[in-house]
Amino acid sequence: MTIDTLRFATAGSVDDGKSTLVGRLLHDSKSVLTDQLEAVEHASRNRGQEAPDLALLTDGLRAEREQGITIDVAYRYFATPRRRFILADTPGHVQYTRNMVTGASTAELAVVLVDARNGVVEQTRRHAAVAALLRVPHVVLAVNKMDLVDYAEPVFAKTAEEFTAYAASLGVPEITAIPISALAGDNVVEPSARMDWYGGPTVLEHLETVPVARELTTSQGRFPVQYVIRPQTAEHPDYRGYAGQIASGAFRVGERVTVLPSGRTSTVKAIDVLGRSVDAAWAPQSVTVRLHDGVDISRGDLIAPSTSAPALSRDVTALVCHVADQPLTVGQRVLLKHTTRTVKAIVKDIPSRLTLDDLSQHPAPGQLVANDIGRVVIRTAEPLALDAYAASRRTGSFLLIDPADGTTLAAGMADGVR
Amino acid sequence: MSAVVTVPEGTDHPYALSHLDSLESEAVHIFREVAGEFERPVILFSGGKDSILMLHLALKAFAPAPVPFSLLHVDTGHNFPEVLEYRDRTVAEHGLRLHVASVQEYIDAGKLRERPDGTRNPLQTVPLTEAIQHHRFDAVFGGGRRDEEKARAKERVFSLRDEFSQWDPRRQRPELWQLYNGRHAPGEHVRVFPLSNWTELDVWQYIAREGVELPGIYFAHEREVFARNGMWLTAGDWGGPRDHERTEVRQVRYRTVGDMSCTGAVDSDATTLDAVITEIAASRLTERGATRADDKMSEAAMEDRKREGYF
Repeated sequence: MTIDTLRFATAGSVDDGKSTLVGRLLHDSKSVLTDQLEAVEHASRNRGQEAPDLALLTDGLRAEREQGITIDVAYRYFATPRRRFILADTPGHVQYTRNMVTGASTAELAVVLVDARNGVVEQTRRHAAVAALLRVPHVVLAVNKMDLVDYAEPVFAKTAEEFTAYAASLGVPEITAIPISALAGDNVVEPSARMDWYGGPTVLEHLETVPVARELTTSQGRFPVQYVIRPQTAEHPDYRGYAGQIASGAFRVGERVTVLPSGRTSTVKAIDVLGRSVDAAWAPQSVTVRLHDGVDISRGDLIAPSTSAPALSRDVTALVCHVADQPLTVGQRVLLKHTTRTVKAIVKDIPSRLTLDDLSQHPAPGQLVANDIGRVVIRTAEPLALDAYAASRRTGSFLLIDPADGTTLAAGMADGVR
Repeated sequence: MSAVVTVPEGTDHPYALSHLDSLESEAVHIFREVAGEFERPVILFSGGKDSILMLHLALKAFAPAPVPFSLLHVDTGHNFPEVLEYRDRTVAEHGLRLHVASVQEYIDAGKLRERPDGTRNPLQTVPLTEAIQHHRFDAVFGGGRRDEEKARAKERVFSLRDEFSQWDPRRQRPELWQLYNGRHAPGEHVRVFPLSNWTELDVWQYIAREGVELPGIYFAHEREVFARNGMWLTAGDWGGPRDHERTEVRQVRYRTVGDMSCTGAVDSDATTLDAVITEIAASRLTERGATRADDKMSEAAMEDRKREGYF
C-alpha cells in the first residue's frame, strides 16, 4: 500500500498559539532535525527565553520574528510512518481571509484554532465560513490553551458545541473538536494525562487517520490544453500533441471528444504520459493527447468527452474572495483566468456582499475591498466552459486579474453555467 | 450531473497516483504553464541535483520536442571540475543552449570584490540579476524547495521580482488552486519553482526511480579535504587550506553542490543511490544545516539574499 498525502491548512486568530501548535506538531512528531532545533534554542536564548520558542521554527521571516507574528502563508512538509503531510500554515493576522483562502484552496482539511478562554469569536466564524465556502471536506476545531482554564471539560464542551452547530449550518460535512495545549503538548501528538475526560484522538492521530476523499474523478472528463507540442523534426515530422494536466475525470483512447469553445469533435488517437503510451489516463496526470483529425486547437481550449461536454457561456455568476488592496467595483475591466484560458471581462454587477459572521447578505455594496467575500456577475469577451465549483474545485475556480499591473484581484468560485 | 468518485482508504484504487507521480505531474504542469505564457524563460542550471532534476522533468514535459528553454549557469569560478564537465556534457547531449554568467569575470573587471572569508556564493546575485536583464529573461526557473529553509517555505511557485530582481515577502501574490498568475510589467520577471513541494528525500527517490545520472561527487569517494567551520571543504586553488589548516584524505560525499568555498562534504560510505537514500532517511541534519556555510551567517541569511535577488 502506498502512503498517501494529506494537504491541510491551519487557521487561527492572533495569539491563539497557532505557530506554537505547528511547532509542537513538527517537534513532537520528530519532524524537526537537530540543526533546526539548535537554531531555535540559540535564537530563544538570545531573546532571553528559558524554553525553546517553538513558534520560531515556523516564523521564517525577519519581520515575523521581530514582531512575533506570522505574516504570510508558509508550506511545510513532514511525514509519519502512516502518512505524508503538506501543511499550509496561514497567518491569522491582518489579511486573514485572503491568506486562509490561499491555504484552503488546495486543502483537504482545515484546523481552526480557538483560545479556550475566549471560545468562538468573530474570527472563528470567519474561518469556518471560509472552509465551508471553499469546500474543504474536513474541519478540526482545536480548543487551545486548555492549561489556562484548568483543563476543564465544560469550557471545551461549550465551545465545541457552539462551533459544531455553526459549522454544520454552513454545510461543513465533518467536524472534529479536540481540546489541546500547544504550549504544554497536551493532545497534539501525545494524549493528555490531564484531560482523561477526553476520549477522542490527538491532533496528529486524527490527521493520520482521517479518510481522504478526493475528487479523483468526477464522471466528467476535463482536459484544458496548456501547450501544443509540435517537434517538426525529421524523426517526428507530423507529431502534434496537446499537452496539459487532466483537471477531472478520465480519458481513453478511441473516445469521442469535443473541443471547446469551437465545438469541433474528434477522436482520441493516443495518450502519452510523459514518454509512455497508455490506453487511459486520469486526473491529475500531466499527459499529451493526440487526436485523429487535424482540428485547430491551441492553449486555452478545453477537451471533453462529447457525451458530457460543458455548456459555454459569457455570463459568469460566482462567489469571489477579494484578495487585493485595491477594490473591485461594478463596471471594472479585468482579466479572468480559468484553467489555461485568460480572457477579458467586465464586472457587470456585485449583487451582494457576505457577512461571514452569520452568512447574511448585504445587498448592492457597489464594491468589494480586501478580504470581502461577495457575489459577482461577470461578462466575458469570449465564451468559457465553466463547471460549478461545487462539482469541481479545478474547473469551477478562476482568478480575476488587474490588466494594468497584473495584480491578482480575486479568487472566484463559479456557480456553473445552467 | 457530476458524481464524485471517492476512494476508500487503504485500497489500491486504479485511479490513485503515487506520491512521486503526483509531484512529477505537478512540476510538469508548471513547466508547461511557463512555456505557454512567457516569451523568454530560462532554467538556472548549476549541475547540482535539483537543477539536474528540473532539466529531466522539462525534457519529459515537452518530449518528443526539445525543451523550449535555454539554460543559465552562474559560475562562481570555484565550481567542482566534475560538475562543470557534467554540465557541458549534458548541454551537448540534449542540444541545449547555455548562458554562463561568470563571477570571476566580474571580479577581474573590478565590478565585484572578493569577500574576506573567500565565500563566493553571495557574489552570485549581481551576475545573475544582470544576466536576467541583459538577456531579457521573463521567467527564471530555480530548483529551490520549500523544505530547504524557513524563508524558502514562504516562497510562491510563481514569485514576481521587480526590475532589481528583489523579493518582497510582504507583497507576494496569493497563490490559489493551481492557477498561477505570471503577469508582469516590462523589466520585471517571475522566478518559478517547479520543485517547491519536493523534499530532499523525494528528489533522491525520484532520481533513483528514473535512473537520472548525477555528478560523481554526490557519492562517497576519497577526497583531499580540510576542516573549516565544522565542515569538510575540498582543498584547491580557490583558497584552502590556509596555513593552520591541515588536509587529509577522507571518504566523503556531497549532499548539495554549490561553490567549493562554502559547500561542505559529509563523511559517508554511500556509493550507490540506495545507500544515499538510506543515509538521508536516517540523517538528523538538514541538507543545508549539514553542508552550507552561507546559511549559517545569520538567522535570516537566506531571506536577506533572496530579497537582493538571489534564487
